[in-house]
Amino acid sequence: MSCNRIESRILPYVDGRLKLSEQRKVEAHLAACPGCRVRVNEFRAVAGLLDELPQIQPSGAFDARVRARVAAEPARRSWWAWFAPSPRVAFAASMLLVATIWIGSRPAGDATDPNSGVDEAQIANDLPVLENFDVLSNFEPLTDLPQPVQDDGSNQQDSNQKM
Amino acid sequence: MARSDVQLMLDVKAGDEQSFALLLHRYRSPLVNFLYRMVRQREQAEDLAQEVFIRVYRARAEYVPSAKFTTWLFRIATNLALNSLRDNRNQRMEISLDAPVNADAEDGDERPLDVADKHPDIEQHLVEEARRKMIRQAIEKLPEKQRAAVLLHKYQELDYNEIAKILECSESALKSLLFRAYETLRVELAPLVAQARS
Repeated sequence: MSCNRIESRILPYVDGRLKLSEQRKVEAHLAACPGCRVRVNEFRAVAGLLDELPQIQPSGAFDARVRARVAAEPARRSWWAWFAPSPRVAFAASMLLVATIWIGSRPAGDATDPNSGVDEAQIANDLPVLENFDVLSNFEPLTDLPQPVQDDGSNQQDSNQKM
Repeated sequence: MARSDVQLMLDVKAGDEQSFALLLHRYRSPLVNFLYRMVRQREQAEDLAQEVFIRVYRARAEYVPSAKFTTWLFRIATNLALNSLRDNRNQRMEISLDAPVNADAEDGDERPLDVADKHPDIEQHLVEEARRKMIRQAIEKLPEKQRAAVLLHKYQELDYNEIAKILECSESALKSLLFRAYETLRVELAPLVAQARS
């Protein structure tokens, strides 16, 4: 095993985390390589120095602060909570229900009357006349004019016969 | 028999708040120490540790024990610490390039409260304090990812595989990272290493 290949194994060796077979290979290399032997010993010394740093203790209020933040967290919504309607959804659903009932309760003839289509077409054709009639009937100057002579159908018929 | 971390977390998922309190008790000290050594400010370390616990709590509903609990926990902590260091660095650059930085501002955190009781010999105490300061500074000088690797390896005693998952790298890349970190420490702490070997 070369010095380069042993580099990645030095720390696991110092930690005692190598497999037995690998450990033996490293030891065989160390027995023959003074440079790597020095490095292993120095890594051990570094690990020992790192142990000298003392631990700190979390402050007394640490737990209380975490608990307070946990308590302030919104309650968890369960999977079933998705089925519980919010006010907006409930309002929209009820409006949809009312609209459905209203449409469903309309007389069936309105929609299925075969003549209804014809009537609507006739109304569409007569619309300009109806609009003129509406304008004229509400045209104030016309109300001041003398009322036309009432003409029944018989007079018209007589004149036709004379002609 | 003590419940495992995974079992406690599954109990938290099922709505058992007491299990969360047990996890908090079990990991508050390791987390605060890890974060303190990462960011070097006690108050900030505690804030970050709180944030770790809150994130664990928030994620309880989606928790799936696909990895060790500690891997997940320290992954959150490491990411928070690295982001915090990045933010602090940017903030420092924005505030002033000329402002003096007091590197030892937080050194008092680790000082024993009653020096006289533990160290009758004040000179000995000063020597020990100087050693600790040198070790702390050597760790601080490491690049952030190397520092996280050393802290997780040395103080949390996590497996290489676990640390690799936390730092999102391969196990061989982690071993290389740790080797470079220990090499740097070996050079930085050369006087102390020589003392230790003599």
